[in-house]
Amino acid sequence: MAEQRKLVEVRDLKMYFPINTGILRRHTGDVKAVDGVSFDIYEGETLGIVGESGCGKSTCGRAVLRLYDITAGTIKIDGVEIGAKGQSALRKMRPTMQMVFQDPQACLNPRMTVAAIIGEPLDEHTDWSKAKKLERIYELMDAVGLNRSFANRYPHAFSGGQRQRIGIARALALNPKFIICDEPIAALDVSIQAQVVNLLEDLQDSLGLTYMFISHDLSMVRHIADRVAVMYLGKIVELAPRDALYATPRHPYTEALLSAVPDPDPKVEARVQRIILKGDVPSPSNPPKGCNFSTRCPKVMDICRQIDPEYRELAPGHFTACHLYNDAGETGAPRYECNQQGEDA
Amino acid sequence: MTDAAKPLNPDEAFRPPRNQWWDVWDQFKTHRGALAGLAVFVSIILFVLVGPMIWQVDPGQLNIRMRNQGPSWDYPLGTDQLGRDLLARLMYGGRISVAVGLVAMFLGLVIGTLIGVLAGYFKLLDSPLMRLTDLFLALPLLPLLLILVALFRDTLARTFGESIGVFFLICFAIAITSWMQTARIVRGDVLALKEREYVLAARSIGTPSLRINTRHVLPNVLSPIMVSATLGIASAIITESALSFLGLGFPPDFPTWGRILYEGRDWIEQYPARVVWPGLLISLTVLSVNYIGDGLRDALDPRIRGR
Repeated sequence: MAEQRKLVEVRDLKMYFPINTGILRRHTGDVKAVDGVSFDIYEGETLGIVGESGCGKSTCGRAVLRLYDITAGTIKIDGVEIGAKGQSALRKMRPTMQMVFQDPQACLNPRMTVAAIIGEPLDEHTDWSKAKKLERIYELMDAVGLNRSFANRYPHAFSGGQRQRIGIARALALNPKFIICDEPIAALDVSIQAQVVNLLEDLQDSLGLTYMFISHDLSMVRHIADRVAVMYLGKIVELAPRDALYATPRHPYTEALLSAVPDPDPKVEARVQRIILKGDVPSPSNPPKGCNFSTRCPKVMDICRQIDPEYRELAPGHFTACHLYNDAGETGAPRYECNQQGEDA
Repeated sequence: MTDAAKPLNPDEAFRPPRNQWWDVWDQFKTHRGALAGLAVFVSIILFVLVGPMIWQVDPGQLNIRMRNQGPSWDYPLGTDQLGRDLLARLMYGGRISVAVGLVAMFLGLVIGTLIGVLAGYFKLLDSPLMRLTDLFLALPLLPLLLILVALFRDTLARTFGESIGVFFLICFAIAITSWMQTARIVRGDVLALKEREYVLAARSIGTPSLRINTRHVLPNVLSPIMVSATLGIASAIITESALSFLGLGFPPDFPTWGRILYEGRDWIEQYPARVVWPGLLISLTVLSVNYIGDGLRDALDPRIRGR
């Protein structure tokens, strides 16, 4: 895997939403939804992003696709820098990167037929004839397991899982290389979740797709992802290959998060020692000084309340931002940022 | 499109996408009120368009000796105080009233929708456009109309000729004073719609703002627009009547339903029919358009369609 090409490179991505108050709507602060996030995604892999509600996972995904105008940072997709591009210049890049949305009820226009929904990207980016577009639409419907005779129906006539398939077909229409799945299974039934995830995996195998899979379902991420990034309050606290992360979590937050995953075996479940975090997530508009997690960390030290920990590589491909590993000589010298990330995984 | 799709289809039940408007028409047909409304509206249109060709009587023909006649074979609906034939006047007057109603409603709708969508979609335009709307809402409308008509009537009449000039002026005047409700309703809906995920999805596809609006936002605000449209026709016809009554609409020898109504008002006790007929026609027009709008709104919503 060492020779794999980086499809997505994100460096120090920041997405702040301004807070304006008072009569004059003066700019008095920012909600730091995403605050300095860096990661790479290699071609053909799945990067899972996990974290609790409100930690900036979805915002991060949308910012990477430039659905927002980002505050700072660089985003390189397929070798093209898109961080500062205008929306009209971005339009040409759109076919490479697509998104599957969280809520299958809300992400399909209720007044368009399935054929029109799946065909919208084709209308926008190709000058094909109607017949050719229709052929492609049928092809996509076959690919995601939808009956071709559904093409004239409207979204309200479908179940959640079927709608999500429509959304996936729409994302696939232009043969993208990179798809952001923004909690695509969160709104679905458990039985349907498995179908959709399997569909996503099959498509990845057959089309060579690269996913950024945003979810709060740790077991599902373990199933689908190759590498996993854990976010807390707008920052990535740990990024590691899946097995390393689930076997030896380094960051206290990851430990706590993983200890919360229920085990199907009641005997094991009864013996599990859960790490219960105290308190609430601080407001992203007013993050604590030092480490963002210092207010709730069970292993907090004095330094955590003063200095923001560096994001460094502890083991090959295993990054974390925590002061516990400041003297991590035995696993690899602390490194700055993630510039050397290329040699990992 | 249909031909090309056929080879793909081994299934009998399968049918290639057809034009969405066929679905709309199928649903519209099932709405009885809408069909009745459509029938009434079409007969009114025929009455005012084809009627004068069959009943060839000059609506301006004075005949003082035959004034205030009751219904007879010569004058099916009787005559007015100057001996003009009421049936002919209603036919000719209907042309203008219906045309003013439709054109003014359409203009007002276009202005209102445009302003509403711009204000709702583009944050920067929101507050200036909404303050403009408030400004128009706060203006007393009748004086404004009077000033508009008084200022521009002669100029327009000279450029386009008496009737066309006044027609445009009145339609414009009614539209400019009636778009505010639509704008507000549309803005509110657009504000809610533009945060929906399918708009975000369209943006991730790379759809430009204009097409996001025409493809995703406008079709979904159609229901409130349709409602204000049907109400708009009614108020346009009535405003035109009021203007005619004040002597600022069409010239006095031009019959419109509103003018016939107001002229008949002085004689309402002796000859109630003279008020009843134009009133009935105005009401029927408004009612039928309302029903058509109702059916159309249901037919355009795929969630209701097919139920």
